[in-house]
Amino acid sequence: MQVFVDAVVTAVTLLFQGSAELWNVIAATFEVAIISTVAGVAFGAPMGFVMGATRFRGRRLLIALTNTGMAVPPVVIGLVVMMFLSRRGPLGFLGLLYSVDAMSIAQTLISTPIIAGLTAAAVASVPYKLRLQARSLGASRIQEALLALKEARLGVLAAVASGFGAVVRGVGAVMMVGGNIEGQTRVLTTAIVQESRKGDFGLALALGLILMFITFTMNGFLTWYQHSNERFEGR
Amino acid sequence: MGLALRAEGIRKEYGKHVVVDIDHVEVAAGETLALLGPSGAGKTTLLAVLGLLEKPDAGQVFLDGRPVSSKDTQARMQMAAAFQSPYLFKGTIADNVAYGLKLRGIPAARRREAVAEALERVGLSGWESRSALTLSGGEAQRVALARALVLKPRVLLLDEPLSSLDPLIKGRLTQDFARIIHEDSMTTVYVTHDQNEAMAVAETVVILRDGRVVAQGHVDDVMGLPPDDWTAGFLGSEPPLAGTVISSAEGLVAIDVGGPVVYATGEIAPGTRVMAGVRPEDVLLFEGTADIPRSTARNRFQGTVSDIQLWGVMYHMVVEVDGVRIASRVSRASVREMGLAQGSQVQVVFKATAVRVRPFDESGRLDRDE
Repeated sequence: MQVFVDAVVTAVTLLFQGSAELWNVIAATFEVAIISTVAGVAFGAPMGFVMGATRFRGRRLLIALTNTGMAVPPVVIGLVVMMFLSRRGPLGFLGLLYSVDAMSIAQTLISTPIIAGLTAAAVASVPYKLRLQARSLGASRIQEALLALKEARLGVLAAVASGFGAVVRGVGAVMMVGGNIEGQTRVLTTAIVQESRKGDFGLALALGLILMFITFTMNGFLTWYQHSNERFEGR
Repeated sequence: MGLALRAEGIRKEYGKHVVVDIDHVEVAAGETLALLGPSGAGKTTLLAVLGLLEKPDAGQVFLDGRPVSSKDTQARMQMAAAFQSPYLFKGTIADNVAYGLKLRGIPAARRREAVAEALERVGLSGWESRSALTLSGGEAQRVALARALVLKPRVLLLDEPLSSLDPLIKGRLTQDFARIIHEDSMTTVYVTHDQNEAMAVAETVVILRDGRVVAQGHVDDVMGLPPDDWTAGFLGSEPPLAGTVISSAEGLVAIDVGGPVVYATGEIAPGTRVMAGVRPEDVLLFEGTADIPRSTARNRFQGTVSDIQLWGVMYHMVVEVDGVRIASRVSRASVREMGLAQGSQVQVVFKATAVRVRPFDESGRLDRDE
């Protein structure tokens, strides 16, 4: 048990002292997570809306592909992105491999299907007749779509949170395309892997606690928002 | 007046299933048309087509004589609807009622006034800031009506607005809705499966079955004289009687319906083949030997109770008079008091004014229900 006690003591000490190295890791983590979540929303939310709220040929296939995309192992995505960006790959000339940009691209490929799939489910749960009602009061197709998104906002928010969660906790893809370079592409998850391999459990645990704190804050906000809406809805 | 809304040759399919297939439906300006029929008859789909909410696979809708479609924003802005479930949007009551006004770019100050006025009309004065999702069924339906009324639409579309409410609230709201619709002499299409509701709100009625029109016309005519067996059954009356006019004098015609002679008001040349019908509510039953006080009721027959069923608070009885079936609605107390049962001898009494008559060949629908 001594190993746990030591680890916790080190973790707490590190957290209160802080260090340039630690702040670099946290900054890189946020940079990748925010870029890939924003990009995931930009691509995934409209895609999800179209899949959830409209009927078109090939819709079911698209939904099946999206759901598959939600479950593809990050290392596979990392591998594919790596092959594209490697010097011999089709996008090798960009020289992006082992950079924050490469990590953001890989993580966007992870967050997009998650956000798209969950947004589609949320929007599909808005009754068709509610949209018909909006249409009957004069709403255009776009106004009708906005209303459906607004009605499904809790679900859409949960979709965004899931996308964020997936990229902030992911390790496989960022490890492969980022390379875990200290001070540049090292993020919380890759740092934990690194430190635990070195046997520095205290530092690894401190990083793990920070990661959990970020996730907790995010979920806390979501829960608070859900509750304030439920109160409003009189449930 | 004139026609406000008309539809010609409307056809709508979902997959291979034909949901609506009608030649012609129309509503005169300022009048209310009830679309009546059982579940799955295509009422809601027809309403959605008439309201330019869904595109028909064939046919054309006309608003004031002008062909219109779901792409015609100007025409769509002249219509508003409320559905069976109120489908209120998340937000306050004021947000909901103001939704259509916002879409029309009405400034906030005028929106507030209009919302207050609309809420007053549906009996919810001062409810603006309450949450729309905490309301009871009746309150929510009032908000849904206000949300449509506030737009002062040229055509108001109501899809079974009261069918999910309990009887007490439904009765009160039926009266309120009928009053509000008539006050504004708004052109209204009212979908319902309840004939009492239809009679309370509408001037004309279209009865739908499997997407097709089986009866169409003035409410009293259609309800009093359903064109075929199925419609009669749906409306809770007996099929119309087929007969021949044997005499006509001083506004009173005598019709031989194949046994008894039924008297009706009107002037029809003797020898004319006609259909005749009377609403069960207009038919009184007396004990077989009872001394009936003299009254203006022209039609008096001896008959035998051939069928008796309890429909809600009233009994639906069918009396056979010389092979002709006549239905009557009798209260539970009367049935108990008179000891009525299958086989009881009774006297059937109804007024000549209660009898609806139509020339036989005009509808030609008697044997349509094969």
